[in-house]
Amino acid sequence: MRRRTALGYGTAALGAMGLTLFVGWWRVDGPGAPDPEGRLPLPLTEMDFRLTDHEGQPVGPETLVGRPTMVFFGFTFCPDVCPTTLSDISGWLDALGEDAGQMNVVFITVDPDRDTVEAIAEYVGYFHPAIRGWTGAQDQIARAVEGFRASYERVPTDGGDYTMNHTASVFLFDAAGRFITMIDYHEPREFAVPKIRRALEEETEEAT
Amino acid sequence: MKKLTIPLLATLTVLALTSGAALAGSEDVVVENAWARASIGVSRPGAAYMTIRNTGDEGVTLTGISTPIAMMPEIHETTTNAEGVSSMAPAGEITIAPGEAAELAPGGLHAMLMRLQEPMAKGDSFPLTLSFSDGGDVTVEVPILGIAARGPDG
Repeated sequence: MRRRTALGYGTAALGAMGLTLFVGWWRVDGPGAPDPEGRLPLPLTEMDFRLTDHEGQPVGPETLVGRPTMVFFGFTFCPDVCPTTLSDISGWLDALGEDAGQMNVVFITVDPDRDTVEAIAEYVGYFHPAIRGWTGAQDQIARAVEGFRASYERVPTDGGDYTMNHTASVFLFDAAGRFITMIDYHEPREFAVPKIRRALEEETEEAT
Repeated sequence: MKKLTIPLLATLTVLALTSGAALAGSEDVVVENAWARASIGVSRPGAAYMTIRNTGDEGVTLTGISTPIAMMPEIHETTTNAEGVSSMAPAGEITIAPGEAAELAPGGLHAMLMRLQEPMAKGDSFPLTLSFSDGGDVTVEVPILGIAARGPDG
């Protein structure tokens, strides 16, 4: 009887241990694992969203496949980060010279309520002519952001206004739509331009 | 000419004396390389940048800013976290140690000019007054550069 009890306890202990291990595995490596930080953006060919460009044309991820692509998120009511990113990118494109013409460069707003087609058209008009602005319905913007594994959040400010927190990195894809790398916010030109060249070269390899 | 000069000089001397007597710290503040980006209309906030240098031997604290071109100017700070997400929040008071400088530059601290009263046009300039905890003010004229400007040189 005593032996049996001991055996029972032993089995229970083993079971508990097993359960603990299983729960641990489930949470760390198994299907219950949280998305590891820095999840990579999907290939453009696996994304799905419908937006409108600053000229009123319907666009989606498929619009970008076929040429190397640079995408970043922002909003035109942003006084600091967005004009800085746009002028950084304009500088990188100037440094690329004629190669810049072979790229898609897209600014996707995370604030479509204020960034209408007209608003975004005026805004991108102040920067490098290769830069295109995309806007659209809230749910489509959300799908685009999810595809790029980016994030954004509306934050109320004093006086009833609001600002947007958003991913400030620039995403690079090759001509086949595969994610190449990211350029961090305000990354110096000497690092940024070679990264863009990498995306351009992938295209050359693809073609030959 | 002489008649005009003397009262003017006297006024200036009085001003210099009163400010010298009333203030400790802010008279040693030097503002360098101020610039702002042009705005699109008045609905979007503007941003201005500069270096605020404390040349004195006491700390100074910047408590607020004001300008006739914006109803709600405030020093804001942009931060970018490890995931690359940028956010912006009021920076509060900024204390500058003796010999140190506060850099207002893209991607960090900036003078956020909310509720613009007039569009900020490239080529224009506007006065911006910095207020310090000792009661002193420093006013600078801020040149407005293009919307795509990256620094005080354009």
